[in-house]
Amino acid sequence: MQLTYIDWLILAAYFVFVLGIGAALKRHTRTSADFFQAGRSLPAWVCGLAFLSANLGAQEVIGMAASGAKYGISTSHFYWIGAIPAMVFVGIFMMPFYYGSRARSVPEYLRLRFDEKTRAFNAISFAAMTVFSSGISLYALARLIQALHLFDGPFQRLGLDPSWVFHFGILLSALVVLAYIFLGGLSSAIYNEVVQFFLIVAGLLPLVWLGLQNVGGWTGLQARLDPGYVHSWAGMGSAHTNRLGVEWFGLAMGLGFVLSFGYWCTDFLVVQRAMAADSMNAARRTPIIAAFPKMLFPFVVILPGLIAVALPAPHPAEPGHPAAVSAQIPAGAGLIPAKLDATGQPLRDLDGKPVLDYDLAIPKMLLHYFPTGLLGLGLTALLASFMSGMAGNVTAFNTVWTYDIYQAYLRKEAPDAHYLWMGRMATVFGILLSVAAAYMANRFNNIMDMLQLVFAFVNAPLFATFLLGMFWKRATGHGAFAGLLGGTAAAAVHHALSLPAGAVAGIKGGWLGLVHSYPSEMAQNFWTAIYAWTVCFAVTIAVSLFTRARPQQELAGLVYSLTPPPAETGLLWYQRPALLAAAVLAATVVLNIVFW
Amino acid sequence: MALDIRLPIGLLFTALGLLLAVFGSFSDPALYRRSLGINVNLLWGLALLGFGIIMLGLARRGARAKTN
Repeated sequence: MQLTYIDWLILAAYFVFVLGIGAALKRHTRTSADFFQAGRSLPAWVCGLAFLSANLGAQEVIGMAASGAKYGISTSHFYWIGAIPAMVFVGIFMMPFYYGSRARSVPEYLRLRFDEKTRAFNAISFAAMTVFSSGISLYALARLIQALHLFDGPFQRLGLDPSWVFHFGILLSALVVLAYIFLGGLSSAIYNEVVQFFLIVAGLLPLVWLGLQNVGGWTGLQARLDPGYVHSWAGMGSAHTNRLGVEWFGLAMGLGFVLSFGYWCTDFLVVQRAMAADSMNAARRTPIIAAFPKMLFPFVVILPGLIAVALPAPHPAEPGHPAAVSAQIPAGAGLIPAKLDATGQPLRDLDGKPVLDYDLAIPKMLLHYFPTGLLGLGLTALLASFMSGMAGNVTAFNTVWTYDIYQAYLRKEAPDAHYLWMGRMATVFGILLSVAAAYMANRFNNIMDMLQLVFAFVNAPLFATFLLGMFWKRATGHGAFAGLLGGTAAAAVHHALSLPAGAVAGIKGGWLGLVHSYPSEMAQNFWTAIYAWTVCFAVTIAVSLFTRARPQQELAGLVYSLTPPPAETGLLWYQRPALLAAAVLAATVVLNIVFW
Repeated sequence: MALDIRLPIGLLFTALGLLLAVFGSFSDPALYRRSLGINVNLLWGLALLGFGIIMLGLARRGARAKTN
């Protein structure tokens, strides 16, 4: 399948608009507050869609479709028990402290509430993590562009080797993201995230619609698939009776509580979007407004994965399917091909079953259903998703670097213009580091896996620190710091002593011996998070009780019991966070029941 | 808000909608064998065009409310 002029026109229109938005916002970006906080001037719905979109990176769109193809509709737990309750919680209960304390970042809140060392720990690990995740996003994008072979034609005509598609993909996306953040800072990233949100939906909705038409709707899909694929809760009683390999308690505690609350409530990448809102009420509504589309996203990103496995494998001779693609299909499932080894043979696991390349679910679906024209829009949607994810990381990085590392430890007193300049420089080197990380991911797959693992250890306990910090005035800085270290260590030790079934000791765990074996990697991850959170929670309380509490007047506005609740009077119904929260929670319960 | 975001969204989707709908009206029907025989370019192009026009309308209303 070749791209034609109409696809190129659509891609070009996208690039013109993202860069145009950056250029239009340049003259509004005069102070560091404009650049890093969008001047705290954006309406709730803009922040809400950006809140959602910043998270809609590669891992989300490609990854959730991959999980849909692998685990089925139970992937929706990441939304309906994971994200939604956490987004409601951060809006209703935590935003008053983030926004009300006038902290400019999440690590800065930790300094206000606890102390300098807790902030430094969070700032440094977070900054490193953003660079690596944006690098992984870049790498995934470039690999995807390469795997689709859509750009091979133009490259051949220009006399370039097809391997240059990879370098071109990385450079082009890095430069575009660099340009629009450099010019307009956070406002530019947020505005583009809103545009990208609509593009992602516009590019993926027709895919779901065509796919459902083809398989005969949801009932047709149910008839084609094994029942384990089409139920989210049935079989959750035991880890061995569902595709995720997790039982309900590990799911609810590990994913629903620790991991999801840890991500949505403490990750500056998303919280930064809410902190850019124009008022306390808008900041509180940001995550709740985001929760409405988020609740429906399983239909956009998980369903294509399910449809991809339900379809009959296309015949190699079928017109429109290049031989290079369909030659792999005999070992695959539906549209999903097997991963190939260096000799072009399908990779097989220990049981001799082929290892499927689930990440290709969405790309294969696009190529299967979209004619030229719509295909350009589908590719634009993928590009938009990768770029919004990357831009989210880069804006979070430049803020934490400038305010929490540079201004805090390297140069304390400088004119505002200096920090604005530093923000732009941080954008440049943040992107250079991401490009370096992308190439590192290409060369040493294991190093990236290892880094992600280390970050998971650092992140898992964080929510305990914030929970105690915001809701228990007795929690102290020493307690928080000791808790974080203890929780991180607990995560590492748990990982070192457990293994998912069928894995060998090493990067997957078990490097200090084997005490427990989990039915799946997901179960192991959830339980690592549960142990880390519990240890952090307990250690923070214990150490806090033995150290001196801060005077109460210093904690006003930072802790629940010492802060007046935000007023909700005199607001229209759709402006009231609590009412919106109740509506989205009720709708989520209904979805859980419908897809039980 | 320095710039009403509905304006660029409206412009972009109007442009994308027009591109797809015009291309869809003049394209070879054989193209749509893969999309179950449905001219998705035309249909989805019109849908995007409608969305773009609504966004432009909202941006215009917002600008009027500001000047008044």
